[in-house]
Amino acid sequence: MSTPRVLRQSLQRLAQHARCYSKQTVAPLRTQQQPRLPTAWSTTQISARRSLSTSSALQHGHVDPPKPGEELYVTFIDKDSQTHTLAVSAGDNLLDIAQAHDLEMEGACGGSCACSTCHVIVQDQDMYDRMPEPDDDENDMLDLAFGLTETSRLGCQVHMTKELDGLVVKLPSMTRNLQASDFKS
Amino acid sequence: MAFVARVKPRAIGLRGRWPSQVQAPRRMYSQHPAHHTTPEHPLRVAVIGSGPAGFYTTYKLMAKIQGTKVDMYESLPVPFGLVRFGVAPDHPEVKNCQEKFEEVASSPDFNFIGNVSVGTKSDHPDGLTLPLASLFRHYNAIIFAYGAAQDRKLGIPGEDQLKGVYSAREFVGWYNGLPEHANLNPDLTQGDEAVVIGQGNVALDVARMLLEDVDVLRKTDIAAHALETLSQSRVKRVHVVGRRGPMQAAFTIKEVRELMKLSDVSFHPVDTSLLPTDLKSLPRAPRRLMEMLAKGTTATSQSPSETSKSWSLDFCLTPKAFSPSSSSPESTQLASTTFERTTLSPSPFDPNAYALPTGETLTLPSSIAFRSIGYKSTPLPEFSDINIPFDERRGIISNDGHGRVQHEERTRGAEMSHGSFPGLYCAGWVKTGPTGVIASTMENAFATADAIIEDWVSRTPFLNVDRKVHGWEGVRSEVLRSGDEKRVVDWQGWRRIDEAERQRGKERGSSREKFTRTGEMLNVLG
Repeated sequence: MSTPRVLRQSLQRLAQHARCYSKQTVAPLRTQQQPRLPTAWSTTQISARRSLSTSSALQHGHVDPPKPGEELYVTFIDKDSQTHTLAVSAGDNLLDIAQAHDLEMEGACGGSCACSTCHVIVQDQDMYDRMPEPDDDENDMLDLAFGLTETSRLGCQVHMTKELDGLVVKLPSMTRNLQASDFKS
Repeated sequence: MAFVARVKPRAIGLRGRWPSQVQAPRRMYSQHPAHHTTPEHPLRVAVIGSGPAGFYTTYKLMAKIQGTKVDMYESLPVPFGLVRFGVAPDHPEVKNCQEKFEEVASSPDFNFIGNVSVGTKSDHPDGLTLPLASLFRHYNAIIFAYGAAQDRKLGIPGEDQLKGVYSAREFVGWYNGLPEHANLNPDLTQGDEAVVIGQGNVALDVARMLLEDVDVLRKTDIAAHALETLSQSRVKRVHVVGRRGPMQAAFTIKEVRELMKLSDVSFHPVDTSLLPTDLKSLPRAPRRLMEMLAKGTTATSQSPSETSKSWSLDFCLTPKAFSPSSSSPESTQLASTTFERTTLSPSPFDPNAYALPTGETLTLPSSIAFRSIGYKSTPLPEFSDINIPFDERRGIISNDGHGRVQHEERTRGAEMSHGSFPGLYCAGWVKTGPTGVIASTMENAFATADAIIEDWVSRTPFLNVDRKVHGWEGVRSEVLRSGDEKRVVDWQGWRRIDEAERQRGKERGSSREKFTRTGEMLNVLG
C-alpha cells in the first residue's frame, strides 16, 4: 500500500465514522484518538446500529470481521456519491460485504448469479484486470444490467483477495430517468 | 361464496367527474398539511397483488417511511405471484427473492390478506371478493400491482377450435401449479413435433420444459400433474418461431444457453444470413447472443441425428392458420401450422426492423402448438366507474412513468389537463407492460415507492389525510359478513400452507410439492 492511499482511506473512514456517530443515539463505544483497528470500529458501529433497528428481522451478508493485521480495504461509492470504506476479510464477496454494512445493494437471487441486482462498476481498469474473468453465467446476467460498463461486475461474484486490496466500486445509479423517457416512446 | 359489493362508488363520492375536476369530495382528501407520519397517523397503504412488484414497492416504502402500514391483498390463498407461478421450476435461484419478501412480511406493520380478490370476482369458488371502492375510505394510498393475467391472441383460424393449440401462459401456469389452469391437461402424446409461436423467454421456458429430462424436473417444485404428463410426452422436435430475426428477438442469452446445454438435445443451425457478418462491431449484449447462435450452428458437438430430441429457432415466419390433418379434415386435432415467410425491413440487422409479408408460405407439421406472444394486463371493472384511465393499446394503467396514476382530459377551455389521482399508484407489469426480469421489476417498483415517498413528504394530496384511517380493520368491519372472516388467509396461514407443501415435497424428494387447488390450500388451515 502506498502512503497516500492509506492516508486517504483513513480520512474516508474517519469521515464515515463521523457520519455514523451523528446518527447514533448510543454513546461512542471507543475513545481512542487513533483508529488503530478500524475494522473493529466499523463492525462495532454496525452491530450497535443493527441492534437498535427494528425494521429488519433477517440479516443478510454473513461476513466475519478480518483478523487484526489481515484487513483488506474496499470502498463503495453509493448512489448518492457517498463513499464507504470498509475493512474486510479475504474471501468475502462484495454483495455480502455491502449487505453486512447496510449499503443499498440488493441481491435478489441471494448471490447465486441469477439476476443483475448486485451490479457494481469497478472504478479502476487495473483493478478490474486483476480479477479472474467473469464466467459465461455472470456475463449473461451483466448483459441485462442497467448502465453496463466495460468494468462492470456482479458483486456476488467478486471475492476479495490481497490483489484487490484498496478496490473502489460504484453502485450504478437508479434508472428513473431512463424509465420516464422510455415511457414516452 | 363471494359476497356482493355493499359499498357503491356513488356512496363514497367516487362517481362522475371527480378526477377531471381535481376537486374530490373534501372528506376523502384535502390539502391539509398533516402529512407528516405520526404514530397516530401512519401512512396506510393497500397493495393489490402480492407478486414481486407489490413486495418490492412495499419493502422500499416501509424502509423509507418509518411506521408505514401496508395491507397486501391477494386473490389466491398463497403469495408471490409470478415468482411462484411464472418462474420456471428449474430456476430455483431466481425464486430466492422470496427471502426478501418474507423479511418484509415479518414486519408487524405488514398484513397479508390472502384469498381476497379486489375489484374482480375471485376466480375460485373459495375466494372472497371486495369491491375496489371499499378500500378508498380506509387508506391513504392504493397501489395497483396486480400484473398481467391475460395473454395476447394470434387471431388466426383454428386457434380457438382445434385441440392441441394452447396458450403458453396457461401452460406455464399449469406446470407451476396455478389453480386457474390445474385442469389444462395438455395432450403431449399426439405426435413428435411442437411449435412455439413467439421468441421471448416464456417461449424458451416452454421449449425447455418440453425437452428437459423429466428426472431433472422431478427434483424441482414443478406440479405433480405436469411431471406425470411430461413423462409421457412424445414430443421430440420443438420449433420456436418468430416473425422477425435473431437481431430482433426478445429472448435473453441465459435462456438460450440453457437450451444449448441440455443433454441429449441438439440445436438445428440458424439461418446465418440473418446474423450480421461483423459480430465484433455489435454492442456487447447482442454480440454475445449472436456469437452464441452462430457457434450453435458450427460447434454443436451433438448433431440432431445423434440426439433423441432437438430444437430450432425458426425466424421470419408469421403464423397464418392452424389446421387438422389434410387426410381427415373433419378432425379437431391440430396437425400442422401454416406460416407466411417474411422479409425484414430496412435490414435484418436493424434491431428495430419490422417484418414484411412475402406471400410465400411454409407449413410445419405440429401436433401441439403454443402461442407465446406476450401477456396482457386488463383494467379492473370498477375503473370505468371511478374514471381511472386504462391504456388499452399498451395494456397498462395510464401513469406518469413513475407510477402515479394519471388522468388526461379536456377542460372547459378545450385544453388538455393532466394530473395525478391523489393516492393512486401502480407498479410492475400493470405499470410498464409485461416485459423484463426480476431486476427490472425491482428497479421499477422502487421507482414507484420513491414517487410515493416524494409525494408524501412534499404534502401532495393523498386519500383521507385529514382523518384517521384503519386500513384492513376498517374494510373488514364494513364489508365482511359473518363467516367470511375465516376464509381470509393471513401470513401465518400462508406459512402453514408453505410448510405443508414442503413436507409433501420431501416425500417426493423435491423442494416442494404445491397444492394446485385452492380448496386443498384452505384445507390445511382447517
